[in-house]
Amino acid sequence: MTLIPEFQAHRVFVEPWTTELGSHGLMALVTFLVGATCGLIGNFLILRRMALLGDAISHSVLPGIALAFLITGSRGIGAMVLGAMVAAWLTHGLIELISRHSRLKQDAAIGIAFSTLFAIGVVLIAVFADKVDLDQDCVLNGELPMIPLEPPVRIGGWVLGPPPLLRLAVVLMVSLVLLVTFYKELLITSFDPGLAACLGIRVGVIHHGLMLWLSMVVVASFEAVGAILVIALLILPGATASLLTDRMIPRLAWTTVHAALSAISGMHLSVALDCSPAGATVVAGAGWFCVVWLFSPTEGLILRGWRYRMGSVDSRLRSPELSQHSETP
Amino acid sequence: MSSVTGNPANVPPLEIHDLTVAYRNKPVLWGIDLVAPAGKLIGIVGPNGAGKSTLIKACMGLLPCSSGWVTAFGRPVAQSLNRVGYVPQRESVDWDFPVSVMDVVLMGRYGRIGLFKRPSPEDRRIARECLEQVQMLPFSDRQISNLSGGQQQRVFLARALAQESDMSFMEEPFTGVDAATESAIISLLQGLRSRGKTIFVVHHDLPTARTYFDWLLLLNMRVVAFGPTEQVFTPELLQKTYGGRLTILSEVAEAVRGQGSLT
Repeated sequence: MTLIPEFQAHRVFVEPWTTELGSHGLMALVTFLVGATCGLIGNFLILRRMALLGDAISHSVLPGIALAFLITGSRGIGAMVLGAMVAAWLTHGLIELISRHSRLKQDAAIGIAFSTLFAIGVVLIAVFADKVDLDQDCVLNGELPMIPLEPPVRIGGWVLGPPPLLRLAVVLMVSLVLLVTFYKELLITSFDPGLAACLGIRVGVIHHGLMLWLSMVVVASFEAVGAILVIALLILPGATASLLTDRMIPRLAWTTVHAALSAISGMHLSVALDCSPAGATVVAGAGWFCVVWLFSPTEGLILRGWRYRMGSVDSRLRSPELSQHSETP
Repeated sequence: MSSVTGNPANVPPLEIHDLTVAYRNKPVLWGIDLVAPAGKLIGIVGPNGAGKSTLIKACMGLLPCSSGWVTAFGRPVAQSLNRVGYVPQRESVDWDFPVSVMDVVLMGRYGRIGLFKRPSPEDRRIARECLEQVQMLPFSDRQISNLSGGQQQRVFLARALAQESDMSFMEEPFTGVDAATESAIISLLQGLRSRGKTIFVVHHDLPTARTYFDWLLLLNMRVVAFGPTEQVFTPELLQKTYGGRLTILSEVAEAVRGQGSLT
């Protein structure tokens, strides 16, 4: 017994792209779709300092999904999204309620709200185990390896792929449409909500719309990678992209690149170590984050350290072209 | 035709009646009554906690009012938002935000662009003009964290200009900026005033308040005085505004002495 399985280059690097394309390749495609969808909305969560709220909502959708299942008896995506949305709003309301009407600050309130709701979800699933076709393992880790086994959807003579893949593709499309349509409003309400309100933009509507969108993304991603890993995919791509560029559109593009790299390297990692593909994807994503953190040409630790040792001034403090306007910050 | 939009001379840009604002049942502003004249540069001064920025936020409907009402140009503020500009405190936003100077100025146009639309070439032309006015055009492609405090304030001012509003509220535009920016801002504001715009500025520094503003609002939870600077900037009223705070009192004395030597 060795701790790490023997390394077989052909099995790890070639087979996922050839004979195993239908299983490993498909899983990588699913994790890419999850990473890209979560990453896009995750950028706005990061900018609005709501990263923890994303964490909270990704956990507290569990009781929402369980209840929706108990009430409707189906795993239809509509009922699940509705349940998740209600849970998301409940979490949000609970956080506001606790932080406003007690001495506790928001971080503690988030901790209380989401862990309570998550626990209620776990209890609900355990108690109604015979009625709820959701097992705890699947909730925590997702059922990525099961997706290639589902019968693919066929339209006419075309094989489109298993239903979860199609759902994720649709959610990514919807996310892109929302992003393009409301880019302006998302940008200004994230940057300066006071001005946005003064310009007549409904800050509250945008906020709740974002929550709704987040619920949809989380529900769709949930069955692929599980509740625990959704948060990583919400934050890691955007966080990595933020170290590579200081503009919004390139940042969204880098987010997608990070999602793709994580999906592919995660696939190889999971084959090599024979471990959960979802877990491997997040580990790979975190690996890419560390690489960028160290080597980024603008923000990288190494470059900054080198600049510091060379005695040159950080580019941010360099005096601008019109030096008569500059002053010490 | 007695249309409210038609005759700016008769319709005051801002009218506040019996406004009370409370945080957790503790009043911050109490029975504010005022009618602001058009075409004036108005300073809002008062001690810390006097409710200066609360007043601005309440005027724009960003805070719920316990009682009273506010109208802008004869209509509830929510209906005149396209005529009202706002410059928040520089510290209130995240300057690491991934946008360029141009993007920030364009935000001033968002209220006019409307849903589902992108800034047009015309919006960009206006934004460039506004940047030109604050001498920040060469920086338009720069990410906003690569700016000094004074430059950031100029960007905010350019954004307010891009709003093309008839009345503006500014929160402490002079904190943490260099002398060159301060005088550039004040001459720009005076230029706007002479074109008939009304500008409210929350201000901290008493000696400059006297020279910068046409009118002053002395605020300490209530309106202590509101009127032309030469009538309102008196030792009695300033002491009434600032109470017994010693450091402020000496500042007041100095400011009033400065006034005496001029007259």
